[in-house]
Amino acid sequence: MIVMEQRDRQKCRTTKNQGNCFHAANLDVSDAGDSPFMTDEAQAIAVTDLHKRFGPLEVLKGVSLTANQGDVIAIIGGSGSGKSTLLRCINMLELPTAGSVSIHGETIAMKKDGRGGLMPSNRKQVERMRAQLGMVFQSFNLWQHMTILQNVIEAPLHVLGRPKDEAIATAEALLRRVGLYEKRDAYPAFLSGGQQQRAAIARALAIQPLVMLFDEPTSALDPELVGEVLAVIGDLAKEKRTMILVTHEMKFAREVANHIVFLSQGKIEEQGPPDQIFGAPKSERLKRFISSIH
Amino acid sequence: MADPAPFINWSLLALSPPGWGSVLLSGLFNSIQIAVGGYSLGLLLGVGGAFGKLYGGPIVKDLMECYTTIVRAVPELVLILLLYYAGTDLINQLLALGGLPSVDISGLAAGIFVIGVVQGAYSTEVLRGAIKAVPAGQIEAARAFGMSPIKVMTRITLPAMLPYAIPGLSNLWLIATKDTALLAVVGFSELTLVTRQAAGTTKAYLLFFCAAGVLYLALTLVSNFFIGIIERRARRGLVEAA
Ligand SMILES: Nc1ncnc2c1ncn2[C@@H]1O[C@H](COP(=O)(O)OP(=O)(O)O)[C@@H](O)[C@H]1O
Ligand SMILES: [Mg+2]
Repeated sequence: MIVMEQRDRQKCRTTKNQGNCFHAANLDVSDAGDSPFMTDEAQAIAVTDLHKRFGPLEVLKGVSLTANQGDVIAIIGGSGSGKSTLLRCINMLELPTAGSVSIHGETIAMKKDGRGGLMPSNRKQVERMRAQLGMVFQSFNLWQHMTILQNVIEAPLHVLGRPKDEAIATAEALLRRVGLYEKRDAYPAFLSGGQQQRAAIARALAIQPLVMLFDEPTSALDPELVGEVLAVIGDLAKEKRTMILVTHEMKFAREVANHIVFLSQGKIEEQGPPDQIFGAPKSERLKRFISSIH
Repeated sequence: MADPAPFINWSLLALSPPGWGSVLLSGLFNSIQIAVGGYSLGLLLGVGGAFGKLYGGPIVKDLMECYTTIVRAVPELVLILLLYYAGTDLINQLLALGGLPSVDISGLAAGIFVIGVVQGAYSTEVLRGAIKAVPAGQIEAARAFGMSPIKVMTRITLPAMLPYAIPGLSNLWLIATKDTALLAVVGFSELTLVTRQAAGTTKAYLLFFCAAGVLYLALTLVSNFFIGIIERRARRGLVEAA
């Protein structure tokens, strides 16, 4: 089922059979068994031995992580443990110092930058990869000079080159889904944080991404607005949309994720299914982290 | 007995000769042409200069720094004389080197070039400040969605910085309209030069200089009207500070 959906989406991209893409955006994948389709293509994201240093500070010290189609991976860990950096290395907003990132079986080509780090060999490839990753930021980062609808159709029109009427139809369906159809002509600054973040999720969904990346999507929100955003993300998880989610909402992570990664001091200290991580943590650091949260 | 000569002889402003009205208006038109052309060229240079200063390599940054420092340090009148005379001389020498006949640079083209170079230095600084005022997250989001650097610039950075740039850019426009008067020194028939001719010929100094003042004022008022419209449009996404 998941694989089918993925294939459909790929087909849409290549055949310009634009009408059908609309359904892919609607994502009514109701149930999904385990995918028998386990080639590299089923690996939505593979991160291998990723290192990142900022000057003298080594923030990631060899992180490897695989997200298969349909996985919902929650990354948890203390502040400063490198969660955002890891997420931002996946779409090359930060350039790793060493290691590699593959998306849908295709490795992003990197070369030495002459200063001890790496840089992409091919800017176009990075741009193509990024357009398959829907990023949602802690601080929303909606484009302030555009209405909500314009924000949502921007990348489909100007990156993916979709026809305008199709982009608008898809965007309106997504905005309806996140409960913002009435606000489509408003400017972001006039919306609440929760509304802005839901719009940002719609904007990320509009590119029909292979994987959604969330960096603490509720951390900048007033407590009473957290629920509405988590509800939208939970919905996406139910459809088995592939997601990597950095979050401090442990209860939520336990509910929606099928795999939890605990990052500590730039390394994966422990990972596994939610019940094991939260119910029977092995490492001292994870035990301490979990008790500090409660 | 003839009528005593009126204190102000309004008929001198008539549109058809012997009135000087149409001469003044064509001077105004020339001034506007130079201001529009020079300002546009200045904006182009300014966008390039601002991006060069912010994102360029060390050499580009140094070059931009030299450009803005020198142009802003030297009096505009000196720059105009320098660029106009030295500039046309240089072009003709280059043409001669290539075995081509020398050309007369039109006053209009030279004027646009000179005003453009001066404006470019100032708008580089205005635009650089405005671009820095755009929240970094907006540019990051654009990159995260796969936009190329050019797309990021045209779709996000430039429109997002506009509200921060407009006050400075409007000032520069008003300055550009008045800097055109400096071109009188190189004999270009803009409003100030033709006013001086009219006044010198008729001896009606007060009348003609006041008339020119009114025309400059009208240009400013009309400009302010349009600047207001543009500014409201550029700020449409911003919540006004109380
Ligand atoms: N651009 C940067 N320059 C220098 N240090 C940075 C930069 N970004 C992050 N860091 C540092 O890297 C460490 C990890 O940051 P981050 O990945 O944001 O942590 P987390 O998201 O887990 O809180 C922190 O110590 C932070 O100060
Ligand atoms: Mg973070």
